Amino acid sequence: MELLIFYPLAGFCVVLALGVVFNNSPVGSALALIGMMLGLAGIFILQQAHFIAILQIIIYAGAIMVLFMFVIMLLNLKKGDDAGWIARERNLLLSVLTGLLAVGILYKISDVLFTAKMDTPATLPDTFGTVAVIGETLFTDFVLPFEVASILLLAAMVGAVVLAKTKLD
Amino acid sequence: METVPLSHYLMLSATLFVIGIVGVLIRRNVIVVFMSIEIMLNAVNISLIAFDNYMNLSSGQIFSFMVMCVAAAEVSVGLAIIIALHRNKPTVNLDEFNLLKW
Repeated sequence: MELLIFYPLAGFCVVLALGVVFNNSPVGSALALIGMMLGLAGIFILQQAHFIAILQIIIYAGAIMVLFMFVIMLLNLKKGDDAGWIARERNLLLSVLTGLLAVGILYKISDVLFTAKMDTPATLPDTFGTVAVIGETLFTDFVLPFEVASILLLAAMVGAVVLAKTKLD
Repeated sequence: METVPLSHYLMLSATLFVIGIVGVLIRRNVIVVFMSIEIMLNAVNISLIAFDNYMNLSSGQIFSFMVMCVAAAEVSVGLAIIIALHRNKPTVNLDEFNLLKW
């Protein structure tokens, strides 16, 4: 059952991620990204991480993507505003080298993954990934990071207001 | 019941991460580059949660929660910067933002 859900969902996510990168219109990219994030929420549910899956839908597919759509509409972007995915000539060598690096990293990761011994998963309790368990961990072991995150979000809020308000000079 | 091995989740994560890197490197549109960064953050979340599930922990889920917090902060500030840049120079092409180059 898990197999039957995982592979189509993973393929869906990969196709939509490619759609984000290779789409000419920014609105299309944003829609593909929303679909990818919903697919990832499904994968998180498959991993029993229900709380994170809900957060993924609310924060990523909801809040962050609405912000993206808002900015795309605000800037009034049209199709083909950039030169597509053509490498700039003076950076051609660097582009090729970086592409090789990325492919090499992917190859090495898959090499390590398929030879490593990772076939004895722990048995999960029924409460794994529920709001109660995550909340308990968050407010006992991780109180300080939680508070720091709240300060970070406050700073980001103030920073966004200040940056969007004043003229850059 | 047959379950998906951990390595397949990690492969998905690595694939999405590489797609994100490719997006950052080959696209010139600021917004699309930003979205590719979001893909990379999501890819990392997959492996955090996969390891969490594999080892029966909760800390990985807390960590991906923190990643989401940082992503929200990053997006709000980053989009504000894009709007400020756009007001200064009406384009979204990254190659034209060369004011800081010497």
